[in-house]
Amino acid sequence: MKYVDEFRDGTLARGLGEAIARAADPARDYAFMEFCGGHTHAISRYGVIDLLPSNVRMIHGPGCPVCVLPVGRIDMAIRLAMEQAVTICTYGDCLRVPASDGLSLLKARARLDKSRADIRMVYSAADALALAQREPQREVVFLAIGFETTTPPTALVLQQARALGLKNFSVLCNHVLTPAAIVAILDHPEGKGVRLDGFIGPAHVSTVIGSRPYDFVAEHYRKPVVIAGFEPLDVMQSILMLVSQVNEGRHDIENEFSRAVTRDGNRKAQALVEAVFELRPQYEWRGLGSLPDSALRIRPEFAAWDAEARFGLDYAPVADHKSCECGTILRGEKRPADCKLFGTACTPETPMGSCMVSSEGACAAHFNYGRFRDIAVVAA
Amino acid sequence: MKAHYTRPLDLKQGRVDMNHGAGGRATAQLVAELFGRAFDNPWLAQGDDGAVLPAPTADEQLVMACDGHVVSPLFFPGGDIGSLAVHGTVNDLAVMGARPLYLSASFILEEGYPLADLKRIVDSMAAASRAAGVPVVTGDTKVVEQGKGDGVFITTTGVGARPAGRIASGARAAAGDVVLVSGSMGDHGMAILAVRESLAFDSAIQSDSAALHGLVDALYQALPADAVHVLRDPTRGGLATTLNEIARQSGLGMRIDEASIPVHPQVEAACELLGLDPLYLANEGKLIVICAASHADAALAALRDHPLGRQAARIGEVIADDHHFVQLRTPLGGMRMLDWLSGEPLPRIC
Repeated sequence: MKYVDEFRDGTLARGLGEAIARAADPARDYAFMEFCGGHTHAISRYGVIDLLPSNVRMIHGPGCPVCVLPVGRIDMAIRLAMEQAVTICTYGDCLRVPASDGLSLLKARARLDKSRADIRMVYSAADALALAQREPQREVVFLAIGFETTTPPTALVLQQARALGLKNFSVLCNHVLTPAAIVAILDHPEGKGVRLDGFIGPAHVSTVIGSRPYDFVAEHYRKPVVIAGFEPLDVMQSILMLVSQVNEGRHDIENEFSRAVTRDGNRKAQALVEAVFELRPQYEWRGLGSLPDSALRIRPEFAAWDAEARFGLDYAPVADHKSCECGTILRGEKRPADCKLFGTACTPETPMGSCMVSSEGACAAHFNYGRFRDIAVVAA
Repeated sequence: MKAHYTRPLDLKQGRVDMNHGAGGRATAQLVAELFGRAFDNPWLAQGDDGAVLPAPTADEQLVMACDGHVVSPLFFPGGDIGSLAVHGTVNDLAVMGARPLYLSASFILEEGYPLADLKRIVDSMAAASRAAGVPVVTGDTKVVEQGKGDGVFITTTGVGARPAGRIASGARAAAGDVVLVSGSMGDHGMAILAVRESLAFDSAIQSDSAALHGLVDALYQALPADAVHVLRDPTRGGLATTLNEIARQSGLGMRIDEASIPVHPQVEAACELLGLDPLYLANEGKLIVICAASHADAALAALRDHPLGRQAARIGEVIADDHHFVQLRTPLGGMRMLDWLSGEPLPRIC
C-alpha cells in the first residue's frame, strides 16, 4: 500500500533499531512516554519493543480518549437513554466501557425499548447529525469524546445544528485537552510518579494544535518532546531523536511528523473550536483526577444544543473498582501486568477498567498483542 | 378437476404474506412454484415430510453439519444469502473431509418481503447447489410478522460421507507442522462491510463465497490422507480466531509470518481506513491446511493447481507452547500475539 508500507519497512526498522542501540549509552537507561494511544497501539501492533535495546523503556501515557473518560460521564449518557428516552450516538469503543451497576452503553442498549430510545455506534459526528435530520421525531444526543483531533468535527456539527435550527439534536461534550494531561503527568508530588526522560508527542492532535503548545514542557519542565507520526518507523525515528537529545543534554520540541504537523497547526480548525467551545473550569479525568482548565464545554450561545444544559444533567463522580489500576497505568506508574485484575477478572470480553476496552488502551494493547512476553514461551 | 385453478404466484409484484407460512394452499403453492421448481430433484418431488436417501458405502462414515444464515444485506458483491447458505454448509462438510451429498433448507421469511427478491435468492441458491453437485432434498418454510425478521433467514443442514482414513481434526496439529492458507484473507467480511448502509464505499472487493469440497479433494489426491492433520475454513473471526481455536484444540502454539499471509490490496487499504485487521475478517471460500512439514510442498502445489487456491501460501508453523499462543512476526520484524477476536468487528456477516 503506497504511502503506508514505506513507514512499516522491516529493513529500515532494523537499521533504525541498530542506530538506537548504537546511540543509547549502555551505562544508563532511558524512559520515554508515548502520550498517545495511537503510538501505544503502533508499538504493540508491530512489536517495536523487539527492535529496541533493553535499556530503552517505553511507558504508555494517558492519550487514549476512551480510557480517560470517567465512569460518571458514561453513567450520564446511560441515564439519558434509559430515563429520558433519547438516542445516544457515539464512537464504537465507548460502547464497551464499564459503567455503574454492571452496565455499559452496550448492555444498557439491550434493555432499551427500541421504539423510543436507542444507543448507536457512529463513525463520525456527522452521522449523528444526519440521523437527527432524517428522523425528526427522534431525540438524538451525540456523546462526544476525544482530544483535540475529534473536537473540530464536533464543533462543526454544533454549528450546522444551529444553522439548521435542529430541535432534536444535542451534544454531550467530553472533549479534553492534551497539554493539561501532560502537566498532570509531570506535576506529581516529589518522589512519587513516574521518572521520564522525554515524550513522544501526539501525531493527529498536533496536526490540529501545532507544536507550539508543547513549548512549556521544554521550558518549564526541561523535558524533550518529539512529535511523531503513528507509523512504526515514525515511532522508532522519534525514539532515536529523543535518545540524542538526552545524550546531548537538550530538551527541545522537535517534530518528526513534519509531513503533517506545523508549528501553528490547523488555524481554521482552531478557530472553529474557539467559536463553539470554552474552557471548562474543572473536569474529572479517570486516573488523573479533577484537573482545572483541562477540558472544553459548549459556549452558552449553543446551549440549546448542549445536552448538559438541555436535559439538566449533573455530573456525579463514581469511584473505579478498588483493585483496578487504570489510574496508575494511565499515569505510567504501573504496567498493565502489574494489575491484579489484568488477564484474570479483567479481559477485553469482561473489562473492569477502561484501559482494557479501547485498542489504544495500554491494557488492551498488552493483552491482545504482548501478553506472551510475560511468560517464557518454549521455542519449537 | 381443472389444472391451474389457482392463479400462479405473482413473482414480479407479490409479497410474502402470513398465509405463505400457514401450511395451507398458499404454502403449498409457494413450495411448488418457487422452491420445487428451482431445486427440482426426485427427493423433493416426492413431496413427503422427509427425504429417503441411499446409505453411503460400508467404509465411509456419515458427517452432518448445520449452518444458519442471517447476513445483512441479503445481496452483496460476489454472492447473496442463497449461495452463501449452500457454501457455508458444504464447506463445513468439506473441511471434515467428507463428500457433501445432500442439503436441507429451512427458510424463515418476513411478512412483506418481495417475492421477486425471494426468487432471486432461491434461484441463486439452486444454482450454487447444482454447481456444487449437492441437491436440496428437503426443506421448510415459515413466515414471521413484519418487523420480526430481516427479510430472509436460511438455515441449511448437510449430510456427507467421509472416506476411511480422512481423520483431519484441530486436535491433530503437531509441533513442527506447516500452516497453509488457500488464498487472500478477509474478502468476504470486507465485501459485506463495503455495502452496509452506514459505511457504503465504492470498491471492487468481492466476497470469496465458494464451495471448497473440490479444493479439499484435490489436496487429498496429492497427499496421503493421514498427512492432512487439520482442515478449517476461517469464517467468522477470521484467520486469527480459527488459528487460536486450533491452538487450543491441539494444546500447541503457532508462529505465523504476517508478511506471507495473502491479503487483497483493496481489502488491506479498506482495513487501513476503517481501523480493521484483515486477519479478523470472515472468509467464505478459503481453506486453512495444517500438514506434516514433509508434505508441505506437495500440499501447496495441489492447492495452487486448483482454481480456488491460486494464491495459496505457506504462512507459518505449529510450535510447542503450553499457553497455546499464536505468535505473529510482523513485517517490521517484531513479534506480537495474534489473539482471539474480541467483540464484534462487523454485525451479521454470514
